[in-house]
Amino acid sequence: MRERRASLRALRNREFEAFVAGASGRLLHTATLLTAEPPDDNPRACRLLSLALAHTYAYWDRARGEDPYVRARAHLATRFAREAWHRHGGGPRRSRGPAAGVLGGLSPQERLVLVLRLYEGVAEEQTAALLGLPTERVGALCDRAVATLLRPAPDRSRPVAGPRTAAP
Amino acid sequence: MNRSRREAAARQIMEASSPRVPPGLYADALRRGVRARRRRTAARRLAWGLLWAVVVASAVWALTVRPWVEPPSETTPPVPGWTGW
Repeated sequence: MRERRASLRALRNREFEAFVAGASGRLLHTATLLTAEPPDDNPRACRLLSLALAHTYAYWDRARGEDPYVRARAHLATRFAREAWHRHGGGPRRSRGPAAGVLGGLSPQERLVLVLRLYEGVAEEQTAALLGLPTERVGALCDRAVATLLRPAPDRSRPVAGPRTAAP
Repeated sequence: MNRSRREAAARQIMEASSPRVPPGLYADALRRGVRARRRRTAARRLAWGLLWAVVVASAVWALTVRPWVEPPSETTPPVPGWTGW
């Protein structure tokens, strides 16, 4: 019994390690886009990813038929949404502080929708279900986020790295 | 620009720079995951133990008190020899 349990644990750890090796790069990119941190200095994104991976590990056996990547991504997104809600006191306000990431000019909710829809390629309905929003609202948020990203406001004094080159 | 080209441009901006995964990430996630798992197991055991204790206690109470047996009457004295009207 004890041996069986130990071998099961070893198997689980091996599977989990392979999953982390394969998925953590993309998931960390997603998390860094969400937190709007610069790619080389992203402690918040690392923490978010670590917690999401830990959750995936904790429920590893139960999710036999499911894709662990989808689970981890869903946990990452909902945790980010909750933290953003508490941090910014609710409401779609702009993020405070010097947001140096590519998506720094967007609100947390806009970033969430934009990253899930376009970077991760999650369908509109699934994004809406995950975030608990109406589908139309997800579409509107995504359109607005794309518009803001491609046409940054001219009065913003901080340097914006990517969008300027891509604007028409 | 039409919609799909705008979305492609946004996608391109987002894919521009990829962060490097810190080396301690797997160990950290594993440590947290093992702890969460242990906590979950302990909570489940506690819940099952509580359920078991409640079941045993109610069975013992039912067998000693026997609440389904009609209690003897305390107000009406027994009437011996009554044959009806």
